[in-house]
Amino acid sequence: MAVDKNMNVLIVDDYNTMLRIIKNLLKQLGFNNVDEATDGSMALEKVKKKPYGLIISDWNMEPMTGLEFLKQVRGSSESYKDTPFIMVTAESKTENVVMAKQAGVNNYIVKPFNAETLKTKISAVIGDF
Amino acid sequence: MTEEEKAHSYEREQVVQIINSVISKVENTGGARLSIFKELKDLQRIIDEARSEIGATRPTDIKGKHIPTATDELDAVVEATAEATGKIMDSCEVIQDKVAGTDAEAAVTEEVMKVYEACSFQDITGQRITKVVSTLKTIEDKVDRLVEVLGNKLPVDTHHSEEGDAEEEDTRVGDERLLNGPQMAEDAISQDEIDKLLASFD
Repeated sequence: MAVDKNMNVLIVDDYNTMLRIIKNLLKQLGFNNVDEATDGSMALEKVKKKPYGLIISDWNMEPMTGLEFLKQVRGSSESYKDTPFIMVTAESKTENVVMAKQAGVNNYIVKPFNAETLKTKISAVIGDF
Repeated sequence: MTEEEKAHSYEREQVVQIINSVISKVENTGGARLSIFKELKDLQRIIDEARSEIGATRPTDIKGKHIPTATDELDAVVEATAEATGKIMDSCEVIQDKVAGTDAEAAVTEEVMKVYEACSFQDITGQRITKVVSTLKTIEDKVDRLVEVLGNKLPVDTHHSEEGDAEEEDTRVGDERLLNGPQMAEDAISQDEIDKLLASFD
């Protein structure tokens, strides 16, 4: 099935720099409907109001971390049970990856990353585009 | 003071009482246990010296001055790099808009993407600095605890006046004394102020 690049994408990071980087990289990949949130609780409010086809989130944020956000998203409703969720984080220990996977993450990118890595991981969770 | 701290404080006072009591009793035995008395006196002297040395290092400055200064400087680094990367990305967006629709668009965009990728250093350094700040705060807490344990038994540093406690004596001489690195915004003077100052010499 062809990937709908008009899908809503939510990016979550407490660093404005990273939000802008990911937003611009997504724009270059053809995704223009991108919303931003600066922590898990703000992101959770957004997913309650609008359907998202892809969520890209940092882990280390306050007050709600990316992992807690992931858990809440997965437990929030049936419609978000399978939404592609990519964790983009500087946390690079094995236990982090395992914990994220157990919470239902679809892919995991370690910072710093490049455009090619982002494209590859997005393709892996939503299909080639 | 928490219950636990009160308990520790009580134990400390109790130990002092016991030592004093032993000294008193030994003194009253007419010298029969002079060697023990001497040992205890030596022990007391060592404790006093240790207190003096700790007091001379002015441990309260760590909490009151050194740690806050260090964390402020680190916060300023995060702020400055965030501002700089913001400006770099602003310029990237302008460049992309300028070349949109031209033959150069693809090539320029490819290079601009590399600049965006490189800008992620700000996020990483920011997180690393946050960890350092956290470590500094842990040190601050430990020192604070040490000062609390020693209580008001720490001798007053007689080399410094009350006012001088806030400002450590600058022992540097010559040009070195003028080198203080980048200043925090509230301590620095602006270019306009510098220009006015220079003009005042004319």
